[in-house]
Amino acid sequence: MSNLIVGFKRWFHQWGSPRWFYERSWIWSKWLGLIALLCLPVGIVWGLVFAPEDYQQGNSFRIIYLHVPAAVLAQSCYMIMAAAGLVSLVWKMKVADVILKCAAPIGASFCFLALFTGAVWGKPTWGTWWVWDARLTSMLILLFLYFGIIALEAAIQDKITAARAAALLAIVGVINIVIIKKSVEWWNTLHQPATFKLTEKPAMPAEMWMPLLIVVIGTYAYFGYSLFLRSRNEILLRERRTLWVREIVQSTHARSSL
Amino acid sequence: MLEDRKSPGISQTARSATAHIENPGVLASMLGIIRRDLLLAFRRRQDLANPLVFFVIVITLFPLGVSPEKSFLASAAAGVIWVAALLATLLSLDSLFRADYEDGALEQLLLIPQPLFLLVLGKVLAYWLVTGVPLILLSPLLAIMLHLDVQLLPVLLLSLLLGTPVLSLIGAIGAALTVGLRFGGVLLSLLILPLYIPVLIFGTGTVQAAANGMPVQGSMAMMGALLLFALVTTPFAAAAGLRISIAN
Repeated sequence: MSNLIVGFKRWFHQWGSPRWFYERSWIWSKWLGLIALLCLPVGIVWGLVFAPEDYQQGNSFRIIYLHVPAAVLAQSCYMIMAAAGLVSLVWKMKVADVILKCAAPIGASFCFLALFTGAVWGKPTWGTWWVWDARLTSMLILLFLYFGIIALEAAIQDKITAARAAALLAIVGVINIVIIKKSVEWWNTLHQPATFKLTEKPAMPAEMWMPLLIVVIGTYAYFGYSLFLRSRNEILLRERRTLWVREIVQSTHARSSL
Repeated sequence: MLEDRKSPGISQTARSATAHIENPGVLASMLGIIRRDLLLAFRRRQDLANPLVFFVIVITLFPLGVSPEKSFLASAAAGVIWVAALLATLLSLDSLFRADYEDGALEQLLLIPQPLFLLVLGKVLAYWLVTGVPLILLSPLLAIMLHLDVQLLPVLLLSLLLGTPVLSLIGAIGAALTVGLRFGGVLLSLLILPLYIPVLIFGTGTVQAAANGMPVQGSMAMMGALLLFALVTTPFAAAAGLRISIAN
């Protein structure tokens, strides 16, 4: 048992080393990229072309194959950022700082994509591009929270201070997001409840939700892939004065000049 | 101006930090800070008046810009007053720690051997007394100008009384995080406005409920819950924010 704890501690503290992360994440990002490359085309083509039509909404329902993954990812990305923020504040890990910074633009893009696809779907279905409904509004506020974190990170010159400040804001935001969600729901609700619930069987037939599940998996893999690529880049930039980064740069330089 | 900033609270606590001759205790330090901030605010009265004038002007813009129709104004009044109060709070929020940061008093505050979150709470309380309370006192006049039903006035006032401290408390986190930045003001609004949304929703929702003849106890209780939650959590976050901002 104590061995297990020691092992876990060791494994956990490895994450504090940017070099360890840089060396390992190459393989991880490759695998995630491969999964995304498999899942995304299969799921999207299956969903957009072969899945049966909805008996009420016709073909317009097919946008859920983009909308739902984007919305799910935009929310979990914020959770990941808050978790990274907590790690950054408590254990002062450099890698967590990098993850927090690099996840923000990706999350904001997915949040925007979710809002945009929602609007495109809303026009034929609800007859309007935008309604001030609870879930739409809380997604919009989530986008604002992303913008706030990106702006704060960009405004502070010192990297470490910027990371700590963004971490604190992410944590405050995650507590607030629960209150915002509840308050907005109390205020106005039109949107349908969530499609997937962990505890219940989905109401859709399998031919409809299977491609959706594949796209969701693919989107997560793509998110991980792009997060790792960005983080690796950021780590090289931040650690550019260390010996190991110089060695990498010199060896690639030598290779490219051959 | 330097003369102004010397106040009993700071000098006492600073002395205790260096010589351990006398320790004034947590409550005394907090009261000292409140008294000092109130005194400073009172000596620069113009700075106090500006957000209030802004509040009145923003409210004047609505009838001019949207519609002077009595029925429209009566239904929009609570929302307009709430939004204007929110913006006026935001406008003065940047000054919460700014002057102390620039003359170095903030670093002294961090060095006081008392829990920082309580000192921050004292600062926020003083800030609310000089910015939030005047807004509340001014709002009945503006509510009447916007043709709000007089019956709803107590509900509006109570919602502002419970809501404006929450605005100050949440705002303190943003002010703490942006105090070291040169152009912190706009960034501060960007960080804080999304966090203000629940307060706005419950604040105007309470008045709407009263206008529709529904019971207001539920949403009033929610406002109270928000206030208590903000009171126990935000001082810690603001104190952490100050430490982050001062660290570099």
